Amino acid sequence: MSVRTSRQTVDGLLPSPVPVRFVAEDGTAVQPPAGYPVPADERLLEAYRRMVLGRRFDRQATALTKQGRLAVYPSSRGQEACQIAGVLALREDDWVFPTYRESVALVSRGIDPVEVLTLLRGGWHCGYDPVATRVAPQCTPLATQTIHAVGMAEALRRKGQDGVVMAFIGDGGTSEGDFHEALNYAAVLHAPVVFFVQNNKYAISVPLAKQSAAPALAYKGIGYGIRSEQVDGNDLVAVLSVLTAAVEHARTGGGPFLVEAHTYRMDAHTNADDATRYRETGEVERWESADPLARLETYLRERGLLDPEAVASAHQAAEEFAARVRDEMNADPEMDPFELFDHVFAEPTPQLREQRALLASELTAQED
Amino acid sequence: MAAMTMAQALNAALRDALREDERALVFGEDVGPLGGVFRITDGLTKEFGEDRCFDTPLAEAGIVGLAVGMAMGGFRPVVEMQFDAFAYPAFEQIASHVAKLRNRTRGRLSLPMVIRIPYAGGIGGVEHHCDSSEAYYAHTPGLKVVTPATPDDAYWLLRDAIADPDPVIFMEPKRLYWSKGETTLGDRRAAGFGQAAVLREGRDATLIAYGPSIPVALQAAEAAAQDGIALEVVDLRTIVPFDDATVVSSVRKTGRCVVIQEAQGFAGVGAEIAARVQERCFHSLAAPVLRVSGFDIPYPPPMLEHSHLPDVDRVLDAVDRLQFGDEPDVFHLAGEAS
Repeated sequence: MSVRTSRQTVDGLLPSPVPVRFVAEDGTAVQPPAGYPVPADERLLEAYRRMVLGRRFDRQATALTKQGRLAVYPSSRGQEACQIAGVLALREDDWVFPTYRESVALVSRGIDPVEVLTLLRGGWHCGYDPVATRVAPQCTPLATQTIHAVGMAEALRRKGQDGVVMAFIGDGGTSEGDFHEALNYAAVLHAPVVFFVQNNKYAISVPLAKQSAAPALAYKGIGYGIRSEQVDGNDLVAVLSVLTAAVEHARTGGGPFLVEAHTYRMDAHTNADDATRYRETGEVERWESADPLARLETYLRERGLLDPEAVASAHQAAEEFAARVRDEMNADPEMDPFELFDHVFAEPTPQLREQRALLASELTAQED
Repeated sequence: MAAMTMAQALNAALRDALREDERALVFGEDVGPLGGVFRITDGLTKEFGEDRCFDTPLAEAGIVGLAVGMAMGGFRPVVEMQFDAFAYPAFEQIASHVAKLRNRTRGRLSLPMVIRIPYAGGIGGVEHHCDSSEAYYAHTPGLKVVTPATPDDAYWLLRDAIADPDPVIFMEPKRLYWSKGETTLGDRRAAGFGQAAVLREGRDATLIAYGPSIPVALQAAEAAAQDGIALEVVDLRTIVPFDDATVVSSVRKTGRCVVIQEAQGFAGVGAEIAARVQERCFHSLAAPVLRVSGFDIPYPPPMLEHSHLPDVDRVLDAVDRLQFGDEPDVFHLAGEAS
């Protein structure tokens, strides 16, 4: 690790005083701040199709939970602009370090939906191949994945690859010590990592005001020497533009970047949570009017990029996808109890072999 | 063969690993130009450069988490926790990720990484510098827990740990850092993980110990021999994987067993060993399996640590209770009467 003697000035690190925005809540374009170009039309249309599909998938997963097909599901409804832009900003050879709320992002990354839902179905702790997909397991302990992301970024840099790592985290997670250690390590190592904070205003039941007194969570990067930005998280155009710039910054040797996206968790924390105990219905209704999908659709229509046929086609594809997810999730997976012993170590210890034999005898006894 | 201290042997193991495997890296607090507070990494930065052996910011969860990410990315990090109790901030990373990532990903991701922890007392260290924390790690499935007692074991077990495909908690008994012994640096020896060593043969009783308690066990065996009692001494070397075969074979031969650990006794590694011996050797036992340990107290201030640490006398007192003369062991009965 090399020691750099030059320090960045605060001015070069500070986020915009208000969240970067390209599209107002009613779908009309507004003047964005300098330095962030409007993404290409085709990227925006691709984002739109993925948002439609992501929202349908999310609704399907919630329905599967009610039918008992998933043990638990943390919905990201209302956060689709973040979920989709987060993966659209990356290349295939970049890495993603997601939390448990990133199912839509992972589906959008191209991971098989059943493999994405394996954790939440209870079939295994991670259903997909992290190496093949370059997506770390969805992380349940808060903020612990952010420091892994720094380690991976450092590994890529040392191997001479220009890959970037994106660490997803929520507003509550920014209170965890590991988040701060990760920011500090990333800055000191000058690692190519983007910290993407989806501030959805609640950590289960605890509102942001009780979570942090920072002017914005984006300012948490400044003290560590990390360039930071805040963005309207329900404005896909803005999130995609800012994340693309952040990824480019990291890829071209600029070091880590922190992006806070202001969004809102429309559903409860998970199906097991009751959001009416800690927030007013009126608050949720107000956020309905800031819906990221409706906003993008209006914006694209206004610009003449989207016609009713394209809208219908996107919804049709989403319905077909949901039907496939429903069918595949309704089939019971094959479970192998002996696999419990297979992956604890590269080679099972003598003790694990004994315990495997014990389970075998128990299962044989049950069959008799 | 070369006579060297355990500290020198560990240093040689790191040096040889860095030389032979370009994926190996050493990092932690003060491990760079200073060479670590115990000088285990002495000279590594100078020889291999700051890319291979570097100082990190002072944050242990960060050190371990960074190692997780780098191991996922193809490196073999060897990280140092400066002292036993300073590893506690990293415990979530160790218990929730280091131990579980292979299992979580069905073996698609493995973590070939080593967490070196100087542990246990006997050096006059103040609070937070003398904890015996091995049970926390041994109780966590997915971790290998290794602790050498000789310079030769220190060298080879660390080489094996760095080459291992799984994460290893490498616990270095800091009071043995300056103990000397013959070390075979050249030819790779056969004994790997999960193989306990019989350091002294005897027919009358087995002393089972590990790490910092090994010299105590050997001295006790020497003293007992003066009284005509032949004690066998088994050094576990690796707590996980555990070598049931060597332990069971010894106790079945001697029929008596004392388990020695420096750590506080309750729910410790010694309790696990005693239970395993009792389950497997019951019909060979002529006396209850006894444990000799530290007391169930927070580690004492330096001026009182000698009262806490198991010494030769405490071991020999336990050996005396092994019913060699057919008298029942009334030690615990006497306690109940008072």
